[in-house]
Amino acid sequence: MSTQTAIPTPRSPYARRKTTRGNFELYSWVFMRASGVLLVVLVFGHLFVNLMVGDGVHAIDFAFVGGKWASPFWQTWDLLMLWLAMIHGTNGVRTIINDYAERDATRGVLKVLLYLAFTITVVLGTLVIFTFDPCPSDAPAELLASFCTA
Amino acid sequence: MPTAPAGTLYRGREGMWSWVAHRVTGVLIFFFLLVHVLDTALVRVSPEAYNAVIGTYQTPIMGLGEAGLVAAIVFHAFNGIRVALVDFWSQGTRYQRVMLWVVLGLFVVTMAGFLPRHLSIVFGGH
Ligand code: HEM
Ligand code: HEM
Repeated sequence: MSTQTAIPTPRSPYARRKTTRGNFELYSWVFMRASGVLLVVLVFGHLFVNLMVGDGVHAIDFAFVGGKWASPFWQTWDLLMLWLAMIHGTNGVRTIINDYAERDATRGVLKVLLYLAFTITVVLGTLVIFTFDPCPSDAPAELLASFCTA
Repeated sequence: MPTAPAGTLYRGREGMWSWVAHRVTGVLIFFFLLVHVLDTALVRVSPEAYNAVIGTYQTPIMGLGEAGLVAAIVFHAFNGIRVALVDFWSQGTRYQRVMLWVVLGLFVVTMAGFLPRHLSIVFGGH
């Protein structure tokens, strides 16, 4: 009979303490950094196209949006930006609420409001991108993108 | 949680102020985004409704607001990269202060590219 001393598996994951709530805070910390890098590209691109090119803000109207969202490229761009910025921003504000709201009840109320705002904004923004019609038939043609009449 | 932490080396120096600015700009952009998705949603109401609301964004006062928003996001973005480098780059903590000056330098350069263009669009007639 070979006597055995229990040697722990060499590569068992390091744990400072036994966690009961999973690694949520670690993942959200990683997410803040990863999404941040992507958002630099998405938001800077958005601002450049909408503020610097052509007539800048003055060019923005219904026809301008129609022209952009007629293309799957900008639909995808805006959808990614919407989701990443909203998750990143909501997670950031969650951290701030945890930092400053010391009473459990206050923290609870603020977080319910935060998650409500998150849900409404993301659902509405997503629906808008996917149900948008650049050429509504009952609208005056001069308000629409040029390809609507062509 | 102590409400008045004892003095630390970190407190009150560049590290703290860049953290405060990062926090303030983050919240500002977040609230802007909530409103921004609402106003963009007007494209589903009618072209007239969308154009009417966007028209109010093309006034000089809103133009200054947009400049402020862009300044906030440019700082938050560059400083966010700095925060990530402090965390992931092996030399990050050693160069955190230098990197803050790089962030501020890039901020000035970016705004110098953006402001003349944007302000001349906003204030240049139409
Ligand atoms: C003054 C600066 C800004 C202007 C003039 C502006 C303008 C616009 C316009 C015209 C659209 C319609 C679609 C398109 O053009 O792609 C739009 C959509 C969008 N913008 Fe901006 N934007 C600005 C700043 C920002 C910033 C800083 C963010 C991110 C934090 C952002 C996030 C979005 C998102 C997520 C959508 C899609 C909304 C939806 O799904 O309904 N925008 N913006
Ligand atoms: C443009 C690219 C962006 C980058 C590179 C970036 C980067 C970061 C990073 C790395 C953090 C974590 C800071 C920390 O853990 O100390 C952070 C926090 C935060 N971000 Fe962003 N971010 C960006 C865009 C945005 C946008 C669009 C919003 C709003 C919708 C936003 C809102 C926030 C908030 C509220 C926090 C929490 C601040 C705190 O805890 O003090 N960020 N950002």
